Amino acid sequence: MWDFIVERRGQIAYNTLQHANLVIQAVLVATVIAVVLAVLITRAPRLQGVANALSAIGLTIPSFALVGILLPLTSIGTVTAVVAVTFYAVLPILRNAVVGLQGVDQILVESSRGMGMSELASLWRVRLPLAWPVILAGVRTSTQMSMGVAAIAAYVLGPGLGGYIFKGLSQIGGANAINYAVVGTVGVIVIALIVDVLLLLLGRLTVSKGIRV
Amino acid sequence: MSTTPERTGSADTSISGAEIVLDNVVKRYPGQKTTAVDSLSLTIPAGEIVMFVGPSGCGKTTSLKMINRLIEPTSGTIRIDGEDVLTQSENDLRRRIGYVIQGGSLFPHMSVAKNIAIVPKLLGWDSSRITKRTDELLELVGLDPSRYRDRYPRELSGGQQQRVGVARGLAADPPVVLMDEPFGAVDPITRQRLQDELLSIQRELHKTIVCVTHDIDEAIKLGDRILILQDGAQIAQYDTPEVILGAPAGEFVEDFVGSGSALKQLSLTRISEIALRTPTTATVGERTDDVRRRAESNGDMAVIVLDGRGRPCGWPWLRQLTGEKLVEPTEELINLDHRATLNDALDTMLSSSHGAAVVTGDRDQYLGVVDFRSVTEHIRMLEEQAARD
Repeated sequence: MWDFIVERRGQIAYNTLQHANLVIQAVLVATVIAVVLAVLITRAPRLQGVANALSAIGLTIPSFALVGILLPLTSIGTVTAVVAVTFYAVLPILRNAVVGLQGVDQILVESSRGMGMSELASLWRVRLPLAWPVILAGVRTSTQMSMGVAAIAAYVLGPGLGGYIFKGLSQIGGANAINYAVVGTVGVIVIALIVDVLLLLLGRLTVSKGIRV
Repeated sequence: MSTTPERTGSADTSISGAEIVLDNVVKRYPGQKTTAVDSLSLTIPAGEIVMFVGPSGCGKTTSLKMINRLIEPTSGTIRIDGEDVLTQSENDLRRRIGYVIQGGSLFPHMSVAKNIAIVPKLLGWDSSRITKRTDELLELVGLDPSRYRDRYPRELSGGQQQRVGVARGLAADPPVVLMDEPFGAVDPITRQRLQDELLSIQRELHKTIVCVTHDIDEAIKLGDRILILQDGAQIAQYDTPEVILGAPAGEFVEDFVGSGSALKQLSLTRISEIALRTPTTATVGERTDDVRRRAESNGDMAVIVLDGRGRPCGWPWLRQLTGEKLVEPTEELINLDHRATLNDALDTMLSSSHGAAVVTGDRDQYLGVVDFRSVTEHIRMLEEQAARD
């Protein structure tokens, strides 16, 4: 096992970074998409049921299936992987962002408007900062989930550690099958833990002291 | 209804407030049979406090919110200082109108200083001016800037939050301040203090303040004028507290003002109108023996201790004086602002072991002491006056 890792350390390190890279970028994009959607949804209460239903259905689509559906559109490679991971990453963040924005006391919003903040200023300086802890919790959930989804995206030759897992599966009984599978899996867990710590740190830095739990 | 003779008393100071005129203002919500506000016409004179009172659902808050266009009137005009509010951009308009609501409604994620700085920031003031103004306002509402400016709202008591709310409403020195049940969320003693402080601030600033309340006693105490509304924001009476108590216009007002209006007259008399007693005082740092001798020669059993800036800070009995020099007493002294009402005074006296209360003037300067005797004497005088009329 040790020799296996040492022999391939350059390759493993590269794939690990690629995996982290894919997840982080997808979650970043997903956060922006989800927050924008949540803002729109909270403006039109009628959309809310639709959004909840869609995100519930979305989460039931097996990631393998989604990758399959995407293939004709985006062909084999990184793009498909990024799109698939982003799609799943949006859902938990969207849900939390809607809850977070709705949780902001209406009186505070009215008060901000009453002092002459434009709607955008009120969003940016009052609603988003107050909803941020809840949104960030969604980002953490989403990141954890995306680690696994990203591994599956390797099936369409996406980047990352998923390749090792699939290689292990396809060589069952072979000399290095277990090694491949273990390295892939443990690698994913390690990145997940590191990124989670980083997100906690981000929370410390960005959530106002006045509303920290 | 809108032409009431000027009240005297504020002639010597400049008025920074602006006149507000409502002309046939109507608010009708789609799908509702009754009109929320049905043709309200009203003049709010510059520099006065006008209280909107009425039963819940009478349209008082709606009327208030139409002034800063949080609610858009269906028809009619509202002019502030002659300018029609409907022709202005709503954000610009609101930045020139202070807005204070129940509990202060401070933004929990911003420090006290940031909360106060919101409107100045929106107006593009530079940061040194904002810092200076924030500290000035904290002083004005009686919070030490160095202690409080960096705190978050949740680290403050309800009364302190409300004070910051008032400071925030005054931040950009707006001519008009709107208040919606500003002191509804605090306990009665804190409320009384906040009311006194508001009156003392108003004495310095002379804003036009429009304040919604459901509490007729608060209206009588704070208002230069009171607007009593019934359903559909119909004016039941709009006049000074004296006239409303003395000559209520009809049954509705009588019912609303309630029984015991003789007792309510106590809410009309300010402490400043009655004679204060002046017992022995002493300043922190004086020799205890000197103080005791002075008090005994005056026949006093207790002495009022003032701090270095002339503010009363304690009222110990002589037997409590120990040590060589007078130190600042630890128990908190509940002072009365001299604009507080006799009603408040009785309240405070009842809870004081001296059966009296210390009265302070502007910036908490010591003025004297009010006791039961001075209040009953004043009431007797009023009664005699009434009998003669």
